[in-house]
Amino acid sequence: MKKNWPLWEVFVRSKNGLEHRHFGSLHAADAEMALENARDVYTRRNEGVSIWVVESKHITASNPENNGELFEPAQDKVYRHPTFYDVPDDVKHM
Amino acid sequence: MTEHLYKYILGIADNSLILGQRLGELCGHGPNLETDIACTNISLDLLGQVRSYFQYAAKITGDGRDEDDIAMMRKEREYLNVLLVEQPNTDFAYVMARQFLFDIHHFLFLQELQKSKDLTLSAIANKCIKEVSYHQRFSSDWIKRLGDGTEVSHDKVQTAFNDLWPYTDELFHQNEADKAMIMEGVGVDTAIFKDTYYQRLKHILDEATLDIPETKYFQKGGKEGIHSEHMGYILNDLQYMQRTYPDMEW
Repeated sequence: MKKNWPLWEVFVRSKNGLEHRHFGSLHAADAEMALENARDVYTRRNEGVSIWVVESKHITASNPENNGELFEPAQDKVYRHPTFYDVPDDVKHM
Repeated sequence: MTEHLYKYILGIADNSLILGQRLGELCGHGPNLETDIACTNISLDLLGQVRSYFQYAAKITGDGRDEDDIAMMRKEREYLNVLLVEQPNTDFAYVMARQFLFDIHHFLFLQELQKSKDLTLSAIANKCIKEVSYHQRFSSDWIKRLGDGTEVSHDKVQTAFNDLWPYTDELFHQNEADKAMIMEGVGVDTAIFKDTYYQRLKHILDEATLDIPETKYFQKGGKEGIHSEHMGYILNDLQYMQRTYPDMEW
């Protein structure tokens, strides 16, 4: 194949109530084919109940070179995690 | 009755067995990774379906043979598949055209088989039809893409249809076992959906900007056990392990 099909990212919901999670990527000529390919590549062992596909070029990613300014300032601000509250024993699943 | 039922089951199962074997030849040779996996999946679906049929066939004959014996240990003349499914994987256009011509029939056939008086057959049909519904969607989509794609893909798939069309009529032939089982209310009278079959083909081919081949002469023989020259080679691959290591287990 001289010209490759575009790349698509595949998101699968493994069961109702859970969110779609990124499963991987694949090549397809269009959205319909991407769904069929995703079905064959990622869900043939009963992994999912719903599939999303999005062409990879539509995803804007942060640049790893900017990780310093984007993420490091948060590292010494543990108080931003709500971990300093006493949770009553009766409250479950927190 | 048992002999007819046995042969009727083989007639259904052998189509899927041989087509599954043909698709299996593509494993690792598909045009790209995704399509390779898709074709192999369809092959595995078909072989899985075949197991249910052969298990049932083994049960009704009661002569001590199991599903593997029935699948692997017959002679060429004892396979009752149509000639269409033996046709080679000439190129991807042939693979998809063959699949499409088979899938549309397979789906219509299983729809009717669900109504069979034989509860085992109707249960198998009920289980298989979901997979086959996907197969026909997959192959129909590819026919549209290839036909309405580039000039090269259009010509290749048109050539494939021109060559494979003469094998479609045999899908509707009825051998002695078919006729006997239709009489019993067990078998499917394929004549009732022959028009629907060709209408569905035309619908997709129109959308794919392909011409319906003009064919006057149709091929036949497989349903009577008389196969094309390809069949010996297919069985040679299919039966290799059983011939080399009879009754092997693993």
